[in-house]
Amino acid sequence: MARVAFTRHLHRFFPALAQTPIVQVDAANVAELIRQLDARYPGLAGYLCDEGGSLRRHVNVFVNATPIRDRQGLTDALDEASTVHIMQALSGG
Amino acid sequence: MAKRGDTLLLGTRKGLFLFDRKGGDWRLAGVSFLGIPISYAMIDQRTGVLWAGQDHGHWGAKLSRSRDRGKTWEEVPAPKYPEGEVIKNSMMSVDPKAPEKPATLRYIWCISPGGNDEPNRLYIGTEPGGLFVSEDGGDAWTLNRPLWDHPSRLAGQWFGGGRDHAGIHSIIVDPHDSRRILVGVSCAGTFETTDGGKSWTVRNNGLKSSFLPEPNPEVGHDPHLVVMCPGNTKHLWQQNHCGIWKSDDDGRSWVQVSEKDGPANFGFAVAVDENDPKQAWVAPAVSDECRVAVNGALCLSRTTDGGRTWRALREGLPQEQCYDVVFRHCLDKAGEALAFGTTTGNVYYSNDCGDHWKCLGNHFPLVYSLRFA
Repeated sequence: MARVAFTRHLHRFFPALAQTPIVQVDAANVAELIRQLDARYPGLAGYLCDEGGSLRRHVNVFVNATPIRDRQGLTDALDEASTVHIMQALSGG
Repeated sequence: MAKRGDTLLLGTRKGLFLFDRKGGDWRLAGVSFLGIPISYAMIDQRTGVLWAGQDHGHWGAKLSRSRDRGKTWEEVPAPKYPEGEVIKNSMMSVDPKAPEKPATLRYIWCISPGGNDEPNRLYIGTEPGGLFVSEDGGDAWTLNRPLWDHPSRLAGQWFGGGRDHAGIHSIIVDPHDSRRILVGVSCAGTFETTDGGKSWTVRNNGLKSSFLPEPNPEVGHDPHLVVMCPGNTKHLWQQNHCGIWKSDDDGRSWVQVSEKDGPANFGFAVAVDENDPKQAWVAPAVSDECRVAVNGALCLSRTTDGGRTWRALREGLPQEQCYDVVFRHCLDKAGEALAFGTTTGNVYYSNDCGDHWKCLGNHFPLVYSLRFA
């Protein structure tokens, strides 16, 4: 099962994430991962992706510390040993 | 329900601030979404529901409502563009031949209630140009296809002005006929429906846009904000990118009424009296090329004769080293009360139609939306 860690910036909108720092998900690729996360935390997909399913511009997903290649289709593959980090860009001001 | 004008909503770059009227002044009554940009906030006078559009830098545009004046909030699904829809390239695109981008919700620019006879209907104006309608009090939103599929948009005549892409910032429902609605689109112009959104007519006749190669196209103008006199609905005003314009014939024709030798010309916001269509207020800035207060002195300008003459209102406003600008949704009027908020976080209010001003605060975040409720 892939292990998923989230930026704490999401805790404000999904307080349950603060209770579970690492979430385990069985998914073949990043798109499936996000679908499953959305089922578990309703509305989460809309924070990470636009309505077309593309990763939002200032959201980053890393698989094994490498940024995903496909930000539109999210087809980057996962396996049992994958570690996924869902982060946001360090923008603000 | 409280009388309109007893509540002031400030949507800012760092949250939503709600003030209650206390005599002639205002008292902070609540803070919501602290740290989060609020693109627009309003209270639906029909139901008392408070609506707030959020512009999360990372997480996209979101929509929330409160039924208890901001004590608790419920996020509702934001409008979604249907799959397969695209933003059309235009002559103003960086590369008109580039692949068209998918249309996705980028910004909630305004939220408007429907008519008093349809209390569950609401409208949202968005970037990249879609008008969304809810028939169930905001639980679900549907793209108004006749406007989205207007031949002018499909022909690439809409483009970004103020935002990366075209957007709807003004939605006016005629208080006497809820099937008549006008929307303002930057950049495209003003559109009117008289059949509840089934068909739309361009209402730009008379406008001149000096930023276009041909200044008189049917579509392509940049109204910054369009408002209607609620008590006399034939009369409209717009603060346009190219001056101040008014219409006395339902938007069928527009006449420029910018001040020839004074500050009332360029700006973003405009407010009209509830009953007297000849009375309007604008918030002047120097020009398109220089968007700061005129001569370092903050003023609003008022006309009481339909734009023939203008008077600068300065009493109580800073007249030195002031560079404030008022965004389009940041000036509002309720009875004799006026208020405005600026890009430098200053908020001023008046209880006498602008003759005298008091300062509500100088340290607010950038103000995106100021509405009486």
